[in-house]
Amino acid sequence: MKTPLHHKLKTFKIGGVHPDDNKISASAPITPLALPKMVIIPIAQHIGAPAKIVVQRGDNVKVGQVIAVHEGFVSANIHSSVSGRVGVIEEVMDSTGFKHTAISIRVKGDDWEQSIDRGDVLVEQIKLTPKEIVACIMEMGVVGMGGAAFPSHVKLSVPEGKQVDHLLINGVECEPYLTSDHRLMLEKPKEIIVGIKILMKALGVDTSIIGIEDNKHDAIELFQELLKNETGITVESLEVHYPQGGEKQLIQALLNREVPSGGLPADVGVIVHNVGTTFAVYEAVQKSKPLVERVVTVTGKEVKQPSNFLVRIGTSVIDLLIAAGGVPERTGKIVSGGPMMGKAIADLDVPVAKGTSGILLIPEEESKRAEVYNCVHCGKCIEACPMGLEPYRLLLMSKKGNNQRAKEEHILDCIECGSCSFVCPSNRPILDYIRLGKTQLRKPKKP
Amino acid sequence: MNQVIVYTIISLTAIGIVAAVVIYFVSKKFAVVEDSRISAVEQVLPNTNCGGCGQPGCHAFALAVVNAGDLSTLHCPVGGNAVMKQVADILGIKAVEKDPYIAVVRCSGSFEYRKKTNIYDGTDSCKIAAALYSGDTGCAYGCLGMGDCVAVCDFEAMYMDEKTGLPVIIEDKCTACNACVKECPKDILELWPKGKKNQRVYVACLNEEKGSTARKECAVACSGCSKCFEACRYDAITMVNNLAHIDPEKCKVCMECVDTCDVHNIITANVTPEKIQAANEQRLKREERERKKREAEKLAAQQNENPTTPQA
Repeated sequence: MKTPLHHKLKTFKIGGVHPDDNKISASAPITPLALPKMVIIPIAQHIGAPAKIVVQRGDNVKVGQVIAVHEGFVSANIHSSVSGRVGVIEEVMDSTGFKHTAISIRVKGDDWEQSIDRGDVLVEQIKLTPKEIVACIMEMGVVGMGGAAFPSHVKLSVPEGKQVDHLLINGVECEPYLTSDHRLMLEKPKEIIVGIKILMKALGVDTSIIGIEDNKHDAIELFQELLKNETGITVESLEVHYPQGGEKQLIQALLNREVPSGGLPADVGVIVHNVGTTFAVYEAVQKSKPLVERVVTVTGKEVKQPSNFLVRIGTSVIDLLIAAGGVPERTGKIVSGGPMMGKAIADLDVPVAKGTSGILLIPEEESKRAEVYNCVHCGKCIEACPMGLEPYRLLLMSKKGNNQRAKEEHILDCIECGSCSFVCPSNRPILDYIRLGKTQLRKPKKP
Repeated sequence: MNQVIVYTIISLTAIGIVAAVVIYFVSKKFAVVEDSRISAVEQVLPNTNCGGCGQPGCHAFALAVVNAGDLSTLHCPVGGNAVMKQVADILGIKAVEKDPYIAVVRCSGSFEYRKKTNIYDGTDSCKIAAALYSGDTGCAYGCLGMGDCVAVCDFEAMYMDEKTGLPVIIEDKCTACNACVKECPKDILELWPKGKKNQRVYVACLNEEKGSTARKECAVACSGCSKCFEACRYDAITMVNNLAHIDPEKCKVCMECVDTCDVHNIITANVTPEKIQAANEQRLKREERERKKREAEKLAAQQNENPTTPQA
């Protein structure tokens, strides 16, 4: 079943923008990064409660050994990504820009846990039952690898009374520059397909659609070829349209269903997983391999060797930069993530976490903020907002501290894609203030 | 022609009279009687509508005072005790005296002491920077220096010192309206009792990290060494999370702790250096006395334990 590429492609209905995609590192194969001398593993790499540390300073650990266990259901196990000796456990700055507790491990050799299958042989037969799959994914610390790092086992445990009929696999990678998912789809397609089957079995669904944007023809064609004889799994080519990789946008694009305000995809019978997560699920279930490494794109217009590295969790960003040929002279900002939703990092020692999809080096002239002018009420931000909000009004409410009003105007539905700030002709810091409003609504009020 | 004018005048006058009568009765019937004391109270209030009392504005405060008929929970920090006395006189109730407060800046991390580790070039607002990350210096607790507090001050009582990058409070102008305290995302500003003779003492640091880490981040950070804690005779200093805090309620402003601080980060206001020096000498003498006393006790205890030891 081949989708003719010249047909009008599917996409989401409201809003969105078209930034230059700049996929410079798309042709760079995934290369494993040399083992670092030391790793720093934060215990809060996921949404939810931080994991509880179960090792002490001076303990010897192996690769894949649990060093922090999940606390509560919405939390994830943390495994050692290297073998060596546990060093200081203290608060360090991570890629969120805030200080969180992290475990440092001095690397000694590369000694893996016995139970982990490190071979490259594809294991297709799924032996576990759906319940065992979810338990295994929970045990292996798999979280969403698209950026938000939501624990995957929580997504797979569909609340009672909700019927899920579709599994969507997010291979959109709509963020400009980033290519980690693209490379993974090209290099590990068979594993991803087995991963999809595992997820389908766990959820008990018969249909799954892989959504891939049209700028990744090679990946689309590869999956179409591999899925020729499969039933239930299809691949769909989507128009290049930011932020299509947003869960809600992808559901709208592929199935034309709208997730209600404040609701979850399961409310409309859909579960979405990223291709990176799907690959991690494959490794966790078929190879008993916990989430200890991930693909990270290191890119930028002036980077010597834009690359896709297979990196152990906890490696410092600086090690990645050195491997990619160093930091170019005129670098203004180093961003963790993509240019639209990523966050500039304040320290080169911040570790790679489970949700770090890329490191982007922005040249100085592009990194500067433009001068801010008054709002001219042109309404471009409203047109661009994929969630149908009125960003310029949310900015004003948040600026004036009128957070309750902003809540009534659904500020919490904002997915922080940055489309509003991207299109604003007056360069207004719309997303900054919306994010502030959201933060203030979440934290308890000052007396 | 004349007739038209006459009729016009007569009819308009008639309509006017009828309308006036209707309005008169309506105004009597639906009259809203406001307590005259409310406007009287409002007139003596500062009418800055700053919200420092916790009410939306001065009218709301006047309304609240008249309705409550009691001044124990309502206080205008801007007008202070003088205005509250006038309010009490108008209402014929007892005035409640409250100690005057002032805002203090609990961070000493100027450019000199706290080096920048990265450059923030985002939106010029502390609140936004604080929502984004821990700040452009190593210290995650310190002042961000973009002056949200100055922008919100209604009384021109603050300015940003360009040399230090920290806000400065002008003592005469600060009314303790609490606006800056509410605005600061790092909770650096705090209302502090103005103190007797306007003298007060506080620790200008909020860094809760371990001493060594804190000092790496800022040369004047409180390392939690507890020297001031040990020096205090009134139990006014507490050590929580590697940070000394002076309780203004218990503090007797004796100034004995001031010189114990390695980094001189116990800040005083309106205290002469002589007084601090005198207090320090007094403390040293007292400590010397206590040390001698302890030694004597130790010796006595030793002698009690070993009574057979021949005495020299």
